[in-house]
Amino acid sequence: MTAVDRSPPVTIRGIAKRYGNTTVLHGIDLDVKPGEFVTLLGPSGSGKTTILMILAGFVRPNAGSIKVGEEEIVAMPPHKRNVGMVFQNYALFPHMDVFQNVAFPLRQRGLGTAEIASRVREALDLVQLGEYAERRVDQLSGGQRQRVALARAIVFEPRILLMDEPLSALDKKLRERMQIEIRHLHERLGMTTIYVTHDQREAITMSDRVAVMNEGRIAQLDTPKGLYGRPKSRFVAEFIGESSFLPVERDGTAVKFGGRPLHMAGGVVPGAGKQWLVLRPEKLSILNSQTDAALNQFQGQVKEVVYQGESFVCYVTLLDGNEISVRNYSRGDALARLPEPGQPIRLGLSPEDVVLVPEEEAA
Amino acid sequence: MTAVPLQSSAAPAGLNVEALETARRVERNWMIAICSPSLILVGIIIFVPVGWLFWLSLFDAEGALTTANYMRLLQQPSYLKTLIMTFKVSFIVTIVCLLLGYPLAYLLSQLPRRAAGILMISVILPFWTSVLVRTYAWLVILQRRGLVNDWFMSLGIIDEPLQLAHNFTGVIVGMSHVMLPFLVLPLYASMKAIDRDYLRASLNLGANPVRTFWQVFFPLSLPGLSAGLVLTFVLCLGFFVTPALMGGGNVFMWSMRIEQTSRLYSNWGAASAMGVVLLALTLGILWAFYKLLGARNPLAKGLR
Amino acid sequence: MSDGLEIPIPHRSRLWLYLLCGTVMVLLVAPSLIIIPMSFSDSEFLEFPPPAWSLRWYQRFLESVEWRDAAVVSLKAAIATMCLATPLGTAAAYALHAGQFRAANLVQTILAVPLIIPVILIGIGDFFLYAWLGMNNTIFGLVLAHTVLAIPLVSLTVASGLKSYDMNQEMVARSLGASRLKAFLVITVPQIRFSIVSGALFAFITSFDEAVIALFISGGENSTLTRRMFNALRDQVDPTIAAISTFLVCLSILMLLMAQLFGSRRGR
Repeated sequence: MTAVDRSPPVTIRGIAKRYGNTTVLHGIDLDVKPGEFVTLLGPSGSGKTTILMILAGFVRPNAGSIKVGEEEIVAMPPHKRNVGMVFQNYALFPHMDVFQNVAFPLRQRGLGTAEIASRVREALDLVQLGEYAERRVDQLSGGQRQRVALARAIVFEPRILLMDEPLSALDKKLRERMQIEIRHLHERLGMTTIYVTHDQREAITMSDRVAVMNEGRIAQLDTPKGLYGRPKSRFVAEFIGESSFLPVERDGTAVKFGGRPLHMAGGVVPGAGKQWLVLRPEKLSILNSQTDAALNQFQGQVKEVVYQGESFVCYVTLLDGNEISVRNYSRGDALARLPEPGQPIRLGLSPEDVVLVPEEEAA
Repeated sequence: MTAVPLQSSAAPAGLNVEALETARRVERNWMIAICSPSLILVGIIIFVPVGWLFWLSLFDAEGALTTANYMRLLQQPSYLKTLIMTFKVSFIVTIVCLLLGYPLAYLLSQLPRRAAGILMISVILPFWTSVLVRTYAWLVILQRRGLVNDWFMSLGIIDEPLQLAHNFTGVIVGMSHVMLPFLVLPLYASMKAIDRDYLRASLNLGANPVRTFWQVFFPLSLPGLSAGLVLTFVLCLGFFVTPALMGGGNVFMWSMRIEQTSRLYSNWGAASAMGVVLLALTLGILWAFYKLLGARNPLAKGLR
Repeated sequence: MSDGLEIPIPHRSRLWLYLLCGTVMVLLVAPSLIIIPMSFSDSEFLEFPPPAWSLRWYQRFLESVEWRDAAVVSLKAAIATMCLATPLGTAAAYALHAGQFRAANLVQTILAVPLIIPVILIGIGDFFLYAWLGMNNTIFGLVLAHTVLAIPLVSLTVASGLKSYDMNQEMVARSLGASRLKAFLVITVPQIRFSIVSGALFAFITSFDEAVIALFISGGENSTLTRRMFNALRDQVDPTIAAISTFLVCLSILMLLMAQLFGSRRGR
C-alpha cells in the first residue's frame, strides 16, 4: 500500500448539533491539513465523539459544512462517504472470519476475487496479522481485533481516517505500544486522520495537532507542545498534564505573587481579567541554601511526600495557605534526600517556565 | 502427617478445608431447599402424570402388557393422516408467523425504546388475552354471517359468503394470531441485542442499507429467529383450543384426536400412546435444534 | 448515543415496512377489541356495527347461575394461583440468580418443563392423577396445576428484574449484620417489587385464561369460566360468550396496564 499522496484536507465549518433543548456542538470550525493527524481531546460530554459521528454520517448536524478536499459531504449518506473508521469496540462482524471482515468493503466496491485477496493480504501484513486471515473473530485477543479493525478501515484506501477511542479497551502497556504503531502506520500511509480520545497523554503522544474540546466548543487548537507550554485558558492547562494554580495580581505590566514581582521570560504579557500562574509539578525545583536570584521562589512547609516509583511528589503548603505540588524524578541521590513532612522547603521556578492563563478563555 | 495412603480422597491439604467445604454445602442446600416446593410441584403435576401416561400406553384395555397401542398408530392410516395434517398446519402457521412477525420485530427493534414499548402493547395484549377469547373473536369475524362477509357483501365484492371459519383457513388465521407473539417477542429481544455499531460499520464500509440488512443484520438475527421458529412450530404441534373450535370437523389435529380418544372413547391406552408420540416429537425437535445450535455456537458466542 | 433510528434511512423507502407492520399490529389487536362493541349488539348474530344496542347478553350472563358460579370459580383459582406461584417463583428466581451451586442448570431446566410440554398432555395426565387422588373437579387441584404453569413465568419475570439489580446491596446488608433472609426481604424485595408484582399479575391472568387443563380437571360445580365457554363454543356460537369475552378482554387490558405501570424494565 503506497502513501496516499492525494490525501485531502478536511474543512469543517459551523457544525452545530442540538438534541431538544441541549446544544451539544456550538458551531465548530476546524481545518485539518492534508495528511495531518489531528486529535479531538476532551472529557465525556464535550462533543468530540459527536463530531466524529457527524463526519462519518451517522449523526446529522443541524447546520454546517464538511468538505473533504473540494467535496461537500455533510448531506451524504454514510455508505457513500468513502471514509475509513475504527470504532471503539472494533465492530468486527462476528459471523465472518478475519479475511471476510477485511474483504467486506472491497466486495461492496465490486472488486475481483484475485484483487480482493491480494489487497486483504497487504492490509493484514501492514498490521502484522498476515497469518491470521482464517481466524474467527472470537479467537482473537483485544489487541489483534483492534488491528483487524484498522486493516479493514484502510484496505479500501479511503481519503481520510476516523478513529473513535480505538485503544480505550486495551490495557496500559498494550495501549502505549499501539499508540506508536498507529503513529508509524500514519507516517507510512500519510492519510489525513482525525482521532478522538479522552486521554491527554495519548493525544500528546500521537498527534500533529490537538483540538481540546469543552462543552461543545474547541477550547484550543494547537500542537502538543503549544498546548502544554502555552495553554490559553485554565481549562486547557488543567486538562493537559498536571498543574496547580496560584492567583496573581497585576501591577502595570508586571505581575505579582504574594506581593513580590514574578520574573518572567521576555514577551509574556498578562491578558485582561483575572490571571492564574500555572505551576507544573515537574517544572519546580527544590532549592537548597544556594539560591539563584533569577529564580522565582516559593516558601512553604512539606505536607506529604508520595513515592511513585519513577518519581516522587511533594505536597507543599505555601506560607499564604495555597497548596501546590512538586514532582522530582528519582535520579542520583534524590531518593536519599527525600524531604520530610513538616519540613520547611523552598521551591524555585525558572522565568522561562512561568505560564499565565486567564480564568476563562477569551471569547 | 507422614505417610498419606494412596486411596485418600483428592481433597487438598490446607487450612480450614473441611469447614469451608461444609459452608459451601450448607449454602447449596439452602438454595435447593427454597427451590424445592416448585420442583416438587412440577414433579407431581407434570413428571408423575406424564410418566403414568407413558406407563398406561403400554397396557391394553384388559390390563395386559402390549405394544398394540403403538402398533395401531402405525397400522391405521387415519393416524398418519392426522399426523400429516398436524405437521401441515404447524408448518404453514410457522411460515405465516415468519412473514408477518420478522418485519414487525425488525421495525420494533429499530425504534427508540419508548416508541417500541408503546407499540409492543399490540403484541403483548394478545399474549395476555385468553386463547378462547381470541379464537371466539375470529369465529365471529370470519363466520358466514360475520364481519368480513357482511362487509364484503355490502360492498358488493362478493355475492355469496366466503367460507372462512370452521375450515382450514380459519384454523390458520386463528393459530397464526395466537402464535405471532411467541415469535415476535424472543425475536425482538435478540434483534435488540445486535450491536448498532455493526450496522454503522457496514454502512461506513460502503454497503448500502439494503445490503447492510442482508449481509450483516439478517445473519446476526438468525439464532434468535431460528429459536423463535422452532418454538412456534413445536407449540403448534400440540395446540388444541383453536383447531378444535375453528376446524369445523375439517381440520383434525393430533391434540384433538387425543382429546377425542380420551373423552369419547375412554380409550386411555390409545390416548396415552398418542400423547407419548406427541411428546417424543416435541422433545425430539427441540433436542435436534439444540444440537444444531451447538454446532453454530461460535456465532452465538461472537455476538458480544 | 440515542438508540433510535439514527441510521439515516429515509422514511420514504421504508413505507412498505411501516404499512405492513401497521397492518399486522392492527390485526393483532383488532379481534380482541372488536368483541367489545359487538357484545352490545342486539342481534343474535352480533352484527357490527350493531343495528341496535342492548345489554341483553350481559343480562343473560348475570342471570345465569352457571355462568356466575363459573366466574367465581375462575376468580378464586386465579387469586389462589397468584398467591402460591408468586413466592415460589420468586424464590426459584432468587436461588438461580444468587446461589452458586452446580445443580442450577438442572433446576432451571426442570422449571422450564411446564412451558415446553404440550398442555394437553398435562391436562390428560393430571386428569388421571386427580382421578386416582380424588381431586378432580376441585379448586385445589386446579390451583396446583395452574401454579405449576405459572411458576416459570413468574420466575422469568423476577429473574429479569434481578438482572438489573445490584446484588452487592444485599451483600452490604449482610456485612452489616442482617441475615440472608432479612437482607433479601428488607433490601432486595423492595427494589425488585415491580418485577414481583408483574410476575404476580402474569400468574393471575395465566390461571384465569387457562382453557385446556381446566377442560379436563375442572368440572361440575367447580367448572371454570373457560371450561364453560369452550363447551358452549363447541356446540354453537352463543352470543352470551361475547359479553363474557368482553369482560375477559377488559380484565387482560387492566392487568396489562397495571403491569406496565409497575414497568418491569422501566427501571424505577
